[in-house]
Amino acid sequence: MVCEDYKDLMMGYLDNELTEEQRRTFEAHLAEHPECAAEFEQFKKLKEMTDQVILVEPEDKIWQQYWNNTYNRIERGLGWILFSVAAICLLIYGGFKIIEGIIKDPMTGWLLKIGLLALLAGLAILFVSVLRERLFFWKKDRYKDVRR
Amino acid sequence: MMRSQEDDIALVEHFRRGSKDAFEQIVKRYMKQSYFIALGLVGNHDDALDLSQEAFYRAYTHIDLLNSNRKFYPWFYQILRNLCFSHLRRNRVRQTVSLSDNQSRTGSSPTTDGFSPELVSERNENKEAVWRAIGQLSQKHREIIILRHFQQLSYEDIAQYLHCTQGTVMSRLYHARQKLRELLEDKKGGQL
Repeated sequence: MVCEDYKDLMMGYLDNELTEEQRRTFEAHLAEHPECAAEFEQFKKLKEMTDQVILVEPEDKIWQQYWNNTYNRIERGLGWILFSVAAICLLIYGGFKIIEGIIKDPMTGWLLKIGLLALLAGLAILFVSVLRERLFFWKKDRYKDVRR
Repeated sequence: MMRSQEDDIALVEHFRRGSKDAFEQIVKRYMKQSYFIALGLVGNHDDALDLSQEAFYRAYTHIDLLNSNRKFYPWFYQILRNLCFSHLRRNRVRQTVSLSDNQSRTGSSPTTDGFSPELVSERNENKEAVWRAIGQLSQKHREIIILRHFQQLSYEDIAQYLHCTQGTVMSRLYHARQKLRELLEDKKGGQL
């Protein structure tokens, strides 16, 4: 093994994550390679410096309010989902009712009626086309059943 | 640790059956850990608080994607880190124009991801330098430093969180620490 192969072991030794046998192997390597021993000392110093950095703990009230804030977020998120679904349903229903009213009205001109029907047919074709495409890709998706 | 894992699985099961209290217990158990991981990744108190809470919201709405025999926290960690990394990417894109403008005017070097020294307890020059240097690391390197030094996780746990082997953890740690050392030496103008 060359020095390069001991770099990873150096981290394990530094963090006390090696088996007894690995420790002995690494110590033997350090004894024979002063440049690796010097590098190890540098990493040791760096580890000491990094371990000294402790982050400021937020005030207690942050933790006291944490669950309430998270719950509010959950509640609002679910609220928005329901609101959006309901709004879409109502808009579609309302739109159809308005168009139905216009088409059934004997006073409305034939051109407008044909235009509206063509618009509806176009929308329906677009919707079915997009839906079919999505379903096709979903069925082909190899990762759709991946669960963590 | 074992007890905690069993508790987690039981709590997740209770939550799946509709217990809001079970999810509250999960949140309270992991809120500090989540906040400090997010803080280590994004380097800003407000964003860390927001992102950690958002991660719990996403976990709440996607709990069906967690296998019943899997531990909660490693799964949750993936949500949290993805949110933090997306947040950093969005911020970088937003800052690119103004940053390049400032640099062309002042010739200053790229800043960190907002790693303010005020977040460091009992500040001194060394600690501030280390914290700022962590902010200059790549996301992958920063993540492993945070998990090892600030969360004090074992290599086994880190490997589980990052879906990799312990060998990869050691190798990534080596490169992350090497980069950190270089950044600090550059600042100091010599060896540590």
